[in-house]
Amino acid sequence: MDDLLREYLPILIFLGMAVALGLVLILAALVLAVRNPDPEKVSAFECGFNAFDDARMKFDVRFYLVSILFIIFDLEIAFLFPWAVSFGTLTTVGFWSMMVFLGVLTIGFAYEWKKGALEWE
Amino acid sequence: MEAVYNLYAPLWKLIGLEYHNAIDVAYTSLVSLGVILGSTFGILFDVLNINTPIFLILSFVLKTLAIIVPLLIAVAYTTLLERKLMGGIQRRTGPVVVGAYGLLQPLADGAKLFLKETIIPSNANALIFLASPTVAFILSLITWTVIPFEKGAVYVDINVGVVYILAVSSLSVYGIIMAGWSSNSKYAFLGALRSAAQLISYEISIGVVILTILACVGSLNLTDIVLAQNHVWFVFPLFPSFLMFMVSGLAETNRAPFDLPEAEAELVSGYNVEYSAMTFALFFLGEYAHMALMGSITSIFFLGGWLPPIDLWIFNLVPGFIWFGMKVTAILFFFVWTRAAFPRYRYDQLMRIGWKVFLPISLGWFLFVVGIILAFQHSYLL
Repeated sequence: MDDLLREYLPILIFLGMAVALGLVLILAALVLAVRNPDPEKVSAFECGFNAFDDARMKFDVRFYLVSILFIIFDLEIAFLFPWAVSFGTLTTVGFWSMMVFLGVLTIGFAYEWKKGALEWE
Repeated sequence: MEAVYNLYAPLWKLIGLEYHNAIDVAYTSLVSLGVILGSTFGILFDVLNINTPIFLILSFVLKTLAIIVPLLIAVAYTTLLERKLMGGIQRRTGPVVVGAYGLLQPLADGAKLFLKETIIPSNANALIFLASPTVAFILSLITWTVIPFEKGAVYVDINVGVVYILAVSSLSVYGIIMAGWSSNSKYAFLGALRSAAQLISYEISIGVVILTILACVGSLNLTDIVLAQNHVWFVFPLFPSFLMFMVSGLAETNRAPFDLPEAEAELVSGYNVEYSAMTFALFFLGEYAHMALMGSITSIFFLGGWLPPIDLWIFNLVPGFIWFGMKVTAILFFFVWTRAAFPRYRYDQLMRIGWKVFLPISLGWFLFVVGIILAFQHSYLL
């Protein structure tokens, strides 16, 4: 507990000061600078004409697909972290079990490549 | 001065630097180098070793200031370095009016941005709209808590530093998504989508490259990673990793040639199109602080952090944080140079490189390195 406090309390202090600095900069600018809004100025930017529908429109499903793939691979990396750190003390069983895991992952990757999940035309 | 220039004239001509530009570039490089170094000086003042809690907290508050203030100045002067360097490469002078050699230009820009009107679009979610630049700014600052500037000169030396860096840099996508969604503008929305997809794609190859280093070092502590490069910097044995890390770093910081989120020709300015004045400035500061951070991480992982290139007495005379600052400046130079030298990628090319080239190659290279280490450890397997 004591170690935890000594290592992470400073990070909290740093975070607190960074938050304070960010807020001060934003709020000071809001308070100090002249504000003189008019309807044209505060409308959404759209190359010379009025925005004609809501900006939160439908978007390409591939963005969604990319984020799902990201979750899989990021989890894989998080899973590999302890393995890579303790690599020096690993037994043969430990090594090969991770190779099997990576093999399964590679098969999945090849499948998704073949299916065209990575294509952007 | 001119003699020195003429000595390497073909080299300068090759990257397009005329004599008068070269002087400017050298001058601003030196200044920004000095300022980046300043950020390391502050932390060396390890305030009074008193163990009473009040003084402990006070000392950390002072150390925090000693990182943040020089960092912000360094970021301001990195913009000057970029403009001077781009000017030199494109055979213009860059900023020269404000102050000698344009040295006061960043301050003038800062004052201008501070006094401009903050525009909040009428159909934006005002709270999220104002929160997102703050989030981007905060996230780019707090990663600096674990960066070792020299042996012992680190804010907190936590033993999971690498995980901390990865965690915070994963969060940085939130600032962009919040900005794009809350602006309620089509350009901002599309820019945020692109940017988010790009950031998460390249985070994977960065993760695998870092895994390779972890397998070589066996520790998540950044100081240990630097000390493990005592004999040889990782850039030499792990050169393919270094290349992939640098390119992924460009993509992670939304820098050219991967600045698709703000492709001016199609998206005007990307996710920050609706932002003005200080809200824009916070995004800008965050982006450049992230660039400097990428430089620091690269020099810690691959270029031996604060270690001199060779263990010679004359190199050892130079303090470690100066070596560190020089490496960071060199990488910032590289970032600016790629922006001036290369055209922008298409979005499908960008995603192709991330998923179909870097991911398989970095995974394969990781397995290769791991196999070699294993072969040396258990020679009976050979």
